[in-house]
Amino acid sequence: MANPISEVGRQTLEMLSSFGRVTLFASDVARNLFRPPVRFGRTLEAIYDLGVLSVVLIATSGFAVGAVLGLQGYTTLVRFGAEESLGAVVGLSLIRELGPVLTGLLVTGRAGSSVAAEIGTMVATEQLDGLRMMSVNPVHFVALPKALAMTLVMPLLSAIFTVCAIFGGYVVGVELLGLDGGTYLASLETSVDFREDVVGSILKAVIFGALVGIISTYRGYSSEPNAAGVSRATTSTVVIASVTILFSDYFITALWGV
Amino acid sequence: MQSSQKDLVVGIFVMLGLSAVAYLSLEVGGMSYSGPGGFTMTATFDEIGALTPRAPVVISGVKVGQVTSINLDDDLRAKVVLDVRPDLELSIDTSASIRTSGLLGNQYIALEPGGEIDLIQDGESLDFTESALNLEKLIGAFIHGSDVEGD
Repeated sequence: MANPISEVGRQTLEMLSSFGRVTLFASDVARNLFRPPVRFGRTLEAIYDLGVLSVVLIATSGFAVGAVLGLQGYTTLVRFGAEESLGAVVGLSLIRELGPVLTGLLVTGRAGSSVAAEIGTMVATEQLDGLRMMSVNPVHFVALPKALAMTLVMPLLSAIFTVCAIFGGYVVGVELLGLDGGTYLASLETSVDFREDVVGSILKAVIFGALVGIISTYRGYSSEPNAAGVSRATTSTVVIASVTILFSDYFITALWGV
Repeated sequence: MQSSQKDLVVGIFVMLGLSAVAYLSLEVGGMSYSGPGGFTMTATFDEIGALTPRAPVVISGVKVGQVTSINLDDDLRAKVVLDVRPDLELSIDTSASIRTSGLLGNQYIALEPGGEIDLIQDGESLDFTESALNLEKLIGAFIHGSDVEGD
């Protein structure tokens, strides 16, 4: 019979060692980054799968989020007679917070899960073992291009999301609610600072991209070689990556004030 | 999809993303005004109201720069550092006044060029300044029937 106290201890150790395994995997990926050959074609392929195919999702979601922010911001601000500040409210909350975080969550669901499923299936069908037999390092050939592509693609998608959302806020605030277009853009432009807000936004997106890239490739790579293992890898990628994004977002904001 | 076609689509995607980054940096973030190489001058005010750093600096309503910092100087007056475009050629008797856009809107600094031939140099201070209008003081003066400056 399992002692409940030792069960807690076992769970804690299991959690810590899985954290350690992710870190080791991440350092393995990082070391492979500097090893020849450069997998340019593989990375390009991954940028296409993870980035290009996410653009429509990101752009439409961004537009919807911006529109609802414009609507909610307007109904709140109009109580204080401050609806001229709508551009500042929409812009700052998007650039500092919602752009990188929501893009991270959407890309996790759209692309992170497919990365984990793909690599998990390769594990289940022994393709990674096949690569090893041909003395091709599977981390270098499979995991690195996808993790790298995720890191490169996230800031670009986050910027596209933010611009579409600012446009969505513009459409609702100016076209529907009758604010002055110049006022919206002027309050947006005077309140957003390049160094404090925009750089922080890009930095956040890069960090989220690296986190999602590492977590999704690791979960695929370490999945059990059967159908249930692949499905568990996909689910846990979305869960772990989403929670990691939300928590690391708090710490990035608290530490660097962005 | 053919490989060369995929390259093209990836290229379009990267250009799209980079132009979104550029829009956020240059237009929204106003990077063109916070970079080095701008023309700096200081202005001292008795009262700055709700003026904040990054508030716009305008001439005839056209934005030419922004407020970079606000500090107290040795005489305990507010010293405001302005960063404006270097190509303006402002005369030495240019005056700076703190205005409000609308009744309760954001505050900004309006520069009014003077008539002198000598030009103001980088880092110099503006001698003619007009402080922010203090609405509470104005209303108080109106209620008590004295004139605005007589307190």
